[in-house]
Amino acid sequence: MSKSIEVENLNIYYGSFLAVEDVTMTIRPQTVTALIGPSGCGKSTFLRSINRMHEVIPGARVEGKLALDGRDLYGPGVDPVGVRRQVGMVFQRPNPFPTMSIYDNVIAGMRLNNKRAKKNVLDELVEKSLRGANLWKEVKDRLEKPGSGLSGGQQQRLCIARAIAVQPDVLLMDEPCSALDPISTLAIEDLINELKTDYTIVIVTHNMQQAARVSDYTGFFNIEGTGKPGKLVEMDETRTMFSQPSQKATEDYVSGRFG
Amino acid sequence: MSTGTEPETRQMSAEQRALEASLPSVAKKVGELPSWAPWGILAAAVVVVGGGLLLAGRGIGLAVVATAVVYALAVYLISRTVEGPRKATDRLVTVLVTTAFLIAMVPLVSVIATVLTNGVARFDAQFFTNSMRGVVGEGGGGYHAILGTLIITALAALMSIPVGLLTAVYLVEYGRGKLSRAITFFVDVMTGIPSIVAGLFAFALFALFFGPGVRLGFMGSLALCVLMIPVVVRSTEEMLKIVPNELREAAYALGVPKWRTILKVVVPTSVAGIASGVTLAIARVIGETAPLLIAVGITTGVNLNPFDGRMATLPVFSYYSYVAPGVPREPFIDRAWTAALVLIILVMVLNLAARLIARLFAPKTAGR
Repeated sequence: MSKSIEVENLNIYYGSFLAVEDVTMTIRPQTVTALIGPSGCGKSTFLRSINRMHEVIPGARVEGKLALDGRDLYGPGVDPVGVRRQVGMVFQRPNPFPTMSIYDNVIAGMRLNNKRAKKNVLDELVEKSLRGANLWKEVKDRLEKPGSGLSGGQQQRLCIARAIAVQPDVLLMDEPCSALDPISTLAIEDLINELKTDYTIVIVTHNMQQAARVSDYTGFFNIEGTGKPGKLVEMDETRTMFSQPSQKATEDYVSGRFG
Repeated sequence: MSTGTEPETRQMSAEQRALEASLPSVAKKVGELPSWAPWGILAAAVVVVGGGLLLAGRGIGLAVVATAVVYALAVYLISRTVEGPRKATDRLVTVLVTTAFLIAMVPLVSVIATVLTNGVARFDAQFFTNSMRGVVGEGGGGYHAILGTLIITALAALMSIPVGLLTAVYLVEYGRGKLSRAITFFVDVMTGIPSIVAGLFAFALFALFFGPGVRLGFMGSLALCVLMIPVVVRSTEEMLKIVPNELREAAYALGVPKWRTILKVVVPTSVAGIASGVTLAIARVIGETAPLLIAVGITTGVNLNPFDGRMATLPVFSYYSYVAPGVPREPFIDRAWTAALVLIILVMVLNLAARLIARLFAPKTAGR
């Protein structure tokens, strides 16, 4: 289920603008990798390039290699829609579908793709996904209620349940806790810890403590100035990154002495 | 909303009072007019100024205007002496805003009242069951015109709604660059074209194929289409634009292709607004007279086939009954008013339907 991601000399462009330059990294299966760095340094762009979501913006393209278990995601004949079925994503702001119930939100991946399944199979999938997202107990009595009626933290866990219901190999999280309170944040962080047994998780966060708490590996992105491309400064085990990073810039950033 | 802000404003004024009490030298005037004061002043103005002018035989228009002016001045001056300049300005502006609203209401209420009083005379079962075939005086009705209006408008809606919806989807979801800008520009231009031009367009188009003088219900539908499409595009476009991008991204991230995302996420999320926009677009064209006058003409009998000859429609029926009445005049004039009344009721029903649709389809957010 869980797969590795190999990135080699990846350049990401928006039109002629080079947004992220020369990223090389390997993300192992069943690990949590945190991407940290200042705003605008390209870590979200890089994250979105892993499931080709950045292509939603016209003119976006990449150079270099990005492979999932050796299979090039940008190879000829690879359908971005197929990539996104393998690489799920959770966004910064919880975004359940307002027209759907909690139940339908969880199986949205199937509903929207018109896949039919027996009622009991769907029921099982909904329960499994909601249990997987630690939300089952809170919503099991109101599955037919709209998903937008939940609290922000619950909505975010609903979105995670929706993402894991399509059984992806990799789960990307773009600042999943930045719109949540500390208690909901804790719930999501616990969940990330449980999910990593089944998925490869890549998480972008602005919260250094969060990166230290949840991740096994940390990558630090930086940007030299506005208009310059973002770069991966270094990547290592989280413990090493936060105690004795090899780069001065990393040390400055994680210790709060930036610039 | 109003219940939510009320305690806040009360709290604000309590704070202001506390502030004014603590700063007696700054806030000299802490008086407040009783809540009935504006009404009292209004009553006084009506009695003294309005009544006085009416008794002097100066006409009702002058009396009303003078009363309003005197009332505004009186409220401002009294409030200024008791409550201070800031409150006085607030009251003056309140009076001005209310007056503007009342002025805006005058034509509306006047039209409805006039049509109602004149139209109710023939608002009977016969009007809804009889056509004008063989009728020269009393009796007869607008049955043929009602059916004609419904058929022609339905046909116009049938043609404009798909075109309008798909154009809006293209503009919001796919269009970029020159083509999209050009479409937007021409849609804007089309919103403003006079309805007679649409009628002439349909007339000229069909004259090319069938020779001059041809009149069909379908030609009317086509003319209404020209008027309706831009309205549908505009309202649908606005509704699609307010669907948050995050929902589209959420669907893409689940591996849903773009067309399915549009069909199953974007459109359902905005369907309430789209449906009410479309209904309002129908209401906008159902009362069009000029294009139908040119393209469809009028007939006295029931014609249910929009591809065969002239049809009657309510606006044109009303118009012809008025400009070319028979002898005696009165039954024709009465029928004209009733046709207008039926038209207003149709538009009102469509508007109510739009609201109902908006409420029925709106995404449910309850259940927290």
